[in-house]
Amino acid sequence: MSKNDFAVIGQPLPKIDAWAKVVGETKYADDLFLPRMAYGKLLRSAHAHARIRSIDTTRALALPGVYAVVTGADLPRVKFGILPVSQDEEALCNDKVRMVGDPIAAVAAVDEETAERACRLIDVDYEPLPALMSIFDSLTHPEVRIHDYGDGPNVHKNVALQFGDVESAFERADLVREDVFFFEGNNHLPMEQHAAVAQWGSDGKVTLWSSTQTPHYVHRLLAKTLDIPAAHVRVVATPVGGGFGGKTDPFAHEIVACQLSKLTGRPVKIALTREEVFYTHRGRHPVLMWIKTGFTKQGDITGCHLRTWLDGGAYGSYGVASTFYTGVINPVTYKIPVYKFEGARIFTNKPPCGPKRGHGTPQPRFALECQIDKAAEQLGLDPAALRRRIVAEPFTKTANHLTVTTIGLGECIDKVVEASGWRDKRARFGVTAKQPGPASPRKRGVGIACSAYLTGAGTAIYWNDMPHSGVITRADRSGGVAVLCGATDIGQGSDSVLAYVTAEILGIDPKDIHVHPADTSLTPVDLGSYSSRVTLMCGMAAIQAAERLRAAIFTAVAKKLEVSPASLVARDRKVGVSDDWDKAVPFARAVELGEALHGVLAFPGSYAPPKRAGKFKGGGVGPSPCYSYSACVVDLSVDEQTGQVDLENVWIAHDVGRALNPLLVEGQVEGSVYMGIGEALMEEQVFRKNLHKHPSMLDYKSPTTLETPEIHTILVETDDPEGPFGAKEAGQGPLLPVIPAIANAIHHALGIRIDEVPITPDKILKALEEKRLGRPGRVGPQKLPLLTFKEPLVVESAFGQPADAVVARPFTS
Amino acid sequence: MIRLPEFTYVAPHTVDAAARLLTEHGRDAALVAGGTDLFPNMKRRQMEPKVLVAIRGIRELRGVRGSSDGWTIGAATTLSAVTAHPGIARDFPALATASGLVSSPQLQNMGTIGGNVCVDTRCNYYNQSYEWRKAIGFCMKKDGDICLVAPGSSRCWAVSSSDTAPVLWALGARVRLVGAGGERTVPMAALYRDDGIDYLAKRPEEIVTDIMLPPAEGWRSVYLKLRRRGSFDFPVLGVAVAVRMDGEVVRDARIVLGAVASLPRPAEKAAAALVGERFTPELIERASNLAAGPAKPLDNTDFSHPYRKRVARVYVARALAAVAGFEDAPASEEIA
Amino acid sequence: MRVRIALTVNDEAREALAPVHKTLLEVLREDLGLTGTKHGCELGECGTCTVLVDGEPVLSCLVLPVEVEGRRITTVEGMAQGGRLHPLQQAFAELGAAQCGYCTPGILLTATALLAERPSPTRQEVKEALAGNLCRCTGYTKILDAVELAALRMGNRESRA
Repeated sequence: MSKNDFAVIGQPLPKIDAWAKVVGETKYADDLFLPRMAYGKLLRSAHAHARIRSIDTTRALALPGVYAVVTGADLPRVKFGILPVSQDEEALCNDKVRMVGDPIAAVAAVDEETAERACRLIDVDYEPLPALMSIFDSLTHPEVRIHDYGDGPNVHKNVALQFGDVESAFERADLVREDVFFFEGNNHLPMEQHAAVAQWGSDGKVTLWSSTQTPHYVHRLLAKTLDIPAAHVRVVATPVGGGFGGKTDPFAHEIVACQLSKLTGRPVKIALTREEVFYTHRGRHPVLMWIKTGFTKQGDITGCHLRTWLDGGAYGSYGVASTFYTGVINPVTYKIPVYKFEGARIFTNKPPCGPKRGHGTPQPRFALECQIDKAAEQLGLDPAALRRRIVAEPFTKTANHLTVTTIGLGECIDKVVEASGWRDKRARFGVTAKQPGPASPRKRGVGIACSAYLTGAGTAIYWNDMPHSGVITRADRSGGVAVLCGATDIGQGSDSVLAYVTAEILGIDPKDIHVHPADTSLTPVDLGSYSSRVTLMCGMAAIQAAERLRAAIFTAVAKKLEVSPASLVARDRKVGVSDDWDKAVPFARAVELGEALHGVLAFPGSYAPPKRAGKFKGGGVGPSPCYSYSACVVDLSVDEQTGQVDLENVWIAHDVGRALNPLLVEGQVEGSVYMGIGEALMEEQVFRKNLHKHPSMLDYKSPTTLETPEIHTILVETDDPEGPFGAKEAGQGPLLPVIPAIANAIHHALGIRIDEVPITPDKILKALEEKRLGRPGRVGPQKLPLLTFKEPLVVESAFGQPADAVVARPFTS
Repeated sequence: MIRLPEFTYVAPHTVDAAARLLTEHGRDAALVAGGTDLFPNMKRRQMEPKVLVAIRGIRELRGVRGSSDGWTIGAATTLSAVTAHPGIARDFPALATASGLVSSPQLQNMGTIGGNVCVDTRCNYYNQSYEWRKAIGFCMKKDGDICLVAPGSSRCWAVSSSDTAPVLWALGARVRLVGAGGERTVPMAALYRDDGIDYLAKRPEEIVTDIMLPPAEGWRSVYLKLRRRGSFDFPVLGVAVAVRMDGEVVRDARIVLGAVASLPRPAEKAAAALVGERFTPELIERASNLAAGPAKPLDNTDFSHPYRKRVARVYVARALAAVAGFEDAPASEEIA
Repeated sequence: MRVRIALTVNDEAREALAPVHKTLLEVLREDLGLTGTKHGCELGECGTCTVLVDGEPVLSCLVLPVEVEGRRITTVEGMAQGGRLHPLQQAFAELGAAQCGYCTPGILLTATALLAERPSPTRQEVKEALAGNLCRCTGYTKILDAVELAALRMGNRESRA
């Protein structure tokens, strides 16, 4: 189908919630004020690692205006965590704190000030324990245990997978490179600080309004941690003021707000401060990486072996998945015939890391793309041409058994190369080129990198055979259509996507559609706004529901018009036969006919991804219905006297399958590029003396308009058979290539390698100094942890095998 | 939400009344103009004054008066108004630049030049919430008794973080101080002390009411600011240069570095090396080495301190090249 | 100590009885029900809580209501006039300049002040004016586009008038 065959799909329409957002009507969680509402506040640990000897709340309880004070003793003694295999968190710590910021107690009071004052009156007696603040600390002090579970002392997870014989692949290679990289951790920094309002009703049921990306998981875990039937818990996801993965876990403040509401008989709001958001974290894992890759003279990859060490922080969170993600997605991009991956996640006494935009994949992507750049230089090949040559084959399997469908990466590379004037700039700029004009300290360079990302995780967090996304679509006699879906709009426009696909199928205007997002008492389950799954999974469910509704309407209209249902079309808010359009029935009338014939018109749609998990342990992480692809060229200048980097232009081409709304897709791509720039150049979550060095918006550096270059976005459409109208993801993948493209451009400009992010001016000066002294002009990690990886699970490489069956999935009959 | 502690708010109509209130309440009182420095510090409980004496509404403290023979800037004039003043921009471009580089546009609409001149010294062990500071054990600037950046030290090493102060110092500006006992006028240089806690050499009840610039004639000035981003960030290095030329020969020169110590730090040897000389690349190199030599940044701001020390030399050289009118010298506005 | 505060918000006279240390941000949101004004740090470090006072963008998290009595306060709720959206609001909605929408009110107001002072700003001038408003979703691209579009439309409307 070409774009012109659609009425709504492919149109640059405003988001359906845009109007409320531009007038300030949208109610985020902290905008909710309920009658008699109390304000809650958490007391957080002042120690990075300590045993709690005792907690005395007497003074806090005595403060006028305090309604309730709770500690872990007041909650069911049950641990929780987003992954079933890592149930290691407590809403309020009972025996031990594992990081500065761990919640210990909570207060509900007449106002926030009183609650805060009361928190300062809670006396905690700590027995400090040694704090382990790095991977090296944690591995060299096995006698100090942060948790008593895992794959070894302070080792949360240790995984090793091997697909084919990498050693003989290296023997076949003309060039084998081993490189070491480090990617510092960073925070999502959503503009909205997390907030939740709980109301424990007199009927014994509890409602929680929360800025969460995963209301379904919050629902499940509230039932568990509060020891209340899940049927009596309702979670409403309020519009989220920025998520990026930071609101994807269930959090202490959500559980505690419910408990405080139960105890006080009042609604209770807990809104985190910015500093608390940094402690809540779940941001990008710091990852140390060793990567060994074999190349032929022509640039083909013979095999790749990757080792990753993740600094997980104090709790499990999504860490097991994060660990796998550092290893499993790299092979999706290029032809890598054999592949070995070893990874380990280490506990440290820092806020827990988790999923941030790109979840576990930007770090190894940085390593691979910088290494390819180094190899291209050694082989005398153009780094764009090299990548173009090795792009993976569509509809095949990767070495690690992932089925890939459409691949627009070749086209993406071609388009950014052309749009950026790559060849010309590559020759004109750069450390070896003669730059015209007077000698300036500003050196120009261009760099390229590519990436791939999944469009939704192929397996659920807890294994089950139920849909990953559900939609109920109900038409009413007004001609309006309600779409009920458990998805959460975090700004990416998922509510709008539901409206667009439904409107397209029913031939009505998106404005006629009322989308009811995540309310667990009302909407069918959607697993959440993570892993770039919502457009595809909710979109497919919405299509199924709308098609069922349309079929019901068509049978009724067909009767009325005395035609066959198959001859009917729905467009322009009418249903009729194309070549007899005068007789077409207005949509509202068609609904009435349908309702008269069938009764209430409400239809479910369900989606579960194709079952393609590899038949080996660990094969569940990585499969996705389809993968998006991106290629990025960065044009920058670096001041060789100050090390300051100025980005001039970023060109990015993204294979989105089909842009359901190009404006929204561009927005996702631009936002991803922006976030990649921040991570590449300035953002870092770092610690000093056991504390977060800078838990503030001022000192945690996030790019302003002035650091953000012009971003030139090119959308590539491959019409993927797995996606709704052919769509793939756009919200995460485009972040990935930006970081290595910047590193590679800096190398082009100055001939130095900064093998760790963020690439700060002082690192650039240091590398230049090394180069001047005749040493390798490199700044990057020098040592690797001593950690024995598991004996790898050896599986035959599936590289080049035909893809598993496409468009074969549950709930499609 | 992080909130302010309780206080009593008084808004006198005259400077004298304000000075009387400050005297009356002593250590319990704090002066507030724009509030952009004080309120964040109060929210983090770095400061807990019981009485706020607000002076933004005092008319005599607002506005730019005079002429090129001597501009006087009321202390409660907003930074935006200073930047936008055509006379200042013409005669003292470095001052317009510096006030236009303070934090963000919104903050410049609120913050005043008096506030920026008196801005609290900063340290990333100090500009933290109460809970954070408590967790690390507090520092001597508030609630504690040691310096966390230099634990053996008996003094506080918080960093002077004003953009306008180095410029005003380099321009030879003077400030008028009004206290309950009368008023006096001192050079900028006499307003500061090399101590992170007692960084102002004025008496607590004295109010900075005016900033008086010298006759503009012949002065050329440049301000360069180092910070991570083009907005929001305090300087981690400021370089203010002012020169007066006799033809092609430097007659007077002043170089003052910001954010390298607890007060703006004049580079007197470097400035002296310029006097009586013509600007050449060699002279600039010599002067910038002399200027950056004494800079001893510590690890308590953004960027590593070795980096800040290293870049100080580059920034001084660039500021000198710009004031000398060398081609390809960065215009001050471009360096952020 | 609670004080009676009389404010002019969006051309309406509003009164609140609030402690003197409550910031304008808190009073707008908690006492006057104007939750369109958002907050991201409450320390003057993000620009999210920007409102206009006498047409100038200021950070409501660092303003005391007593300091702005008698002055004109504009929040995002006051931008639309008589049910008609401000051209900036229209352009932001049309071009997808609001993703999560949380920084949007502050940016809209900052841009309103810019266009009042400089009806046809260059892109660089828009960037400089908005440099005190962080956004984490958009990469600013669509925001800059929307300000430019609004400026163009407002200019056209004025030249027709």
